[in-house]
Amino acid sequence: MSNLIEVRGVTKTFGGVVANRDISIDVAPGQITGLIGPNGSGKTTLFNSIVGYHPIDEGSIKFKGKEISKLRVQQIARLGMVRTFQQTRIYGKLSGINNMLISVPHRNASFGDMFRPYGHEHRERAEHLLEFVGLYQKRKLPSGDLSFGQQKLLEFAMALMNEPEILLLDEPTAGINPTLINGLIDRLKRANSEFGITLFVIEHNMRVIMNLAHEIYCLAHGELLASGPPEKIQNDQRVIDAYLGAH
Amino acid sequence: MTTDTTTASLAVREAASGTARRRITRNDVMMYAAILVFGIVAPIIFPNYTYQIAVLWLMVLFAQTWDLVGGQMGYNSLGNIFFFGAGMYICTVTQIGLFTDVGAYTSSSDGGQFEFSTEQYYIGVAVGLVLAAIGASVLAVMLGWIVFGLRGPYFAIGTLGIALGAGELVGAWEWVGGGGGIPIPVYPGSGDGKAFFYYALCFGTAVATFAFLKWLYSTRFGLAINAIRDDEEKAEAMGIHTLRHKTVAWAISAFFLGIAGGLFGNMTGFIEPLEVAFPVITFGIFMVAMALLGGKGTMWGPVLGAVLFHIIKETTWTYFLGWQWVALGVIIILNIMFFQQGIVGWMQEKWPDLFGIEVDRSLVADTADDRARGRGV
Repeated sequence: MSNLIEVRGVTKTFGGVVANRDISIDVAPGQITGLIGPNGSGKTTLFNSIVGYHPIDEGSIKFKGKEISKLRVQQIARLGMVRTFQQTRIYGKLSGINNMLISVPHRNASFGDMFRPYGHEHRERAEHLLEFVGLYQKRKLPSGDLSFGQQKLLEFAMALMNEPEILLLDEPTAGINPTLINGLIDRLKRANSEFGITLFVIEHNMRVIMNLAHEIYCLAHGELLASGPPEKIQNDQRVIDAYLGAH
Repeated sequence: MTTDTTTASLAVREAASGTARRRITRNDVMMYAAILVFGIVAPIIFPNYTYQIAVLWLMVLFAQTWDLVGGQMGYNSLGNIFFFGAGMYICTVTQIGLFTDVGAYTSSSDGGQFEFSTEQYYIGVAVGLVLAAIGASVLAVMLGWIVFGLRGPYFAIGTLGIALGAGELVGAWEWVGGGGGIPIPVYPGSGDGKAFFYYALCFGTAVATFAFLKWLYSTRFGLAINAIRDDEEKAEAMGIHTLRHKTVAWAISAFFLGIAGGLFGNMTGFIEPLEVAFPVITFGIFMVAMALLGGKGTMWGPVLGAVLFHIIKETTWTYFLGWQWVALGVIIILNIMFFQQGIVGWMQEKWPDLFGIEVDRSLVADTADDRARGRGV
């Protein structure tokens, strides 16, 4: 089976700074793929390039065999690729349930769909997913008043509401109470296995990513350092050096 | 922060989400009935104020249509008055152009060489208002493609530029009378008859605008523009057709403003670009001030703000002539400095129950507690 995302030779510079140099990455369908690397290694830049947030300088990005490097954020999102943000982003003045409703997929939204009300099935699905992330009790509160961890969970639930084929998660466990990280890992795994959503995850927490991913790519200084299954990455001397700051 | 104030701010934001579902209560029915009855009997009880009350309904319409884009969608336009003026000119040109040559009509010194029959007058007004609405919407769509690339203050200044520029351009356009303006076809009847006729149209249009927006905010559209207000980049990342929503919102705003312009031109009897059609510093700013005074992003805020503002304006104009602008300035400053959430926004904080807002206080306290302790999740 061909890869869901194929990144080939992508280079992205900001002024004179090379954020990504000649990166090639494959994300296999149905799998959980991890992306790690020290701070400033270009992980989020690569995410932004993939979802169309900024144009790339060189290379190609394919989603389901279709070139997407020239498409814009909304068009890529409507193809079924949804991302969450490192600095969690939700609609702060809307209640949790409304945050969920507005996240229904817009893949085939016609002009007239703008003026339709939400159906009963949307509300049920929204409530079901809020329960899935443990926020059902707080669904009527303005989401801006939830704690940071709760907002992360809400953003995750919103992404699921969008019924994506692939979900790009930028540090899903950052800022979450360590005792609850296991619960989150469990939910990510269930999203992958039960809902069949492919995951591509940036993560700093080594324990989390080793536990979660089937395949891991490691970036350092904007270049691809190593790739392979978690055991291999864990014992790769270059990766260890990069994290410990040896050069 | 105490639990109490947290609850209050929570309640407001829940309400601000617009689509908080609530059933129509008996109080609602009473309120709607009271407004409708007032609207119908007002010109009978206060025949001397028919014109002022008709303008009041237009002010309500101004505040509501501004709030659609500025309050609900978070795009603070300073140029919405452009659609008012565009509608006014489209309506007038249609009324004249249907039956005679526009250039000849506008260039004659008294403008009165052509007599409109009663039938021609009403046909002209009807077709003119329809075209004003459609024309203003089309202009909004075309301009939307350009200005919706701008965000924040740049959008505000960009739209302001459109309104100012339009006034100057029309002033230089001889075919529509240039800076000298156009005398409007004369109403075929008594002065009272004219006042009642346009009163009914103004009231009807304002009610239709309110009803349409109330429905609109209950659809997906309402949530989508709220989402754009809260975080447009997130909305894009979730695949929402943001430009489509923004353009349609502006076009709806323009549709009703176009009708308002056509009506106001006919009520005034004479139109010219700077003072009547594109009055940026009066109506153009009033519509923003009224929405802010009443409470932007709420259903009733713009209505209440417009009524209060209009009453204060008319009172100061009548009894404190010379100080009227000072009075309006003071109101705007007090509004911006001390209650930015507006009157309805403040009332929602104070009495959330009145607005059908349910907030589980134990959960609120719980969340506040979590945050106080700096706990995650």
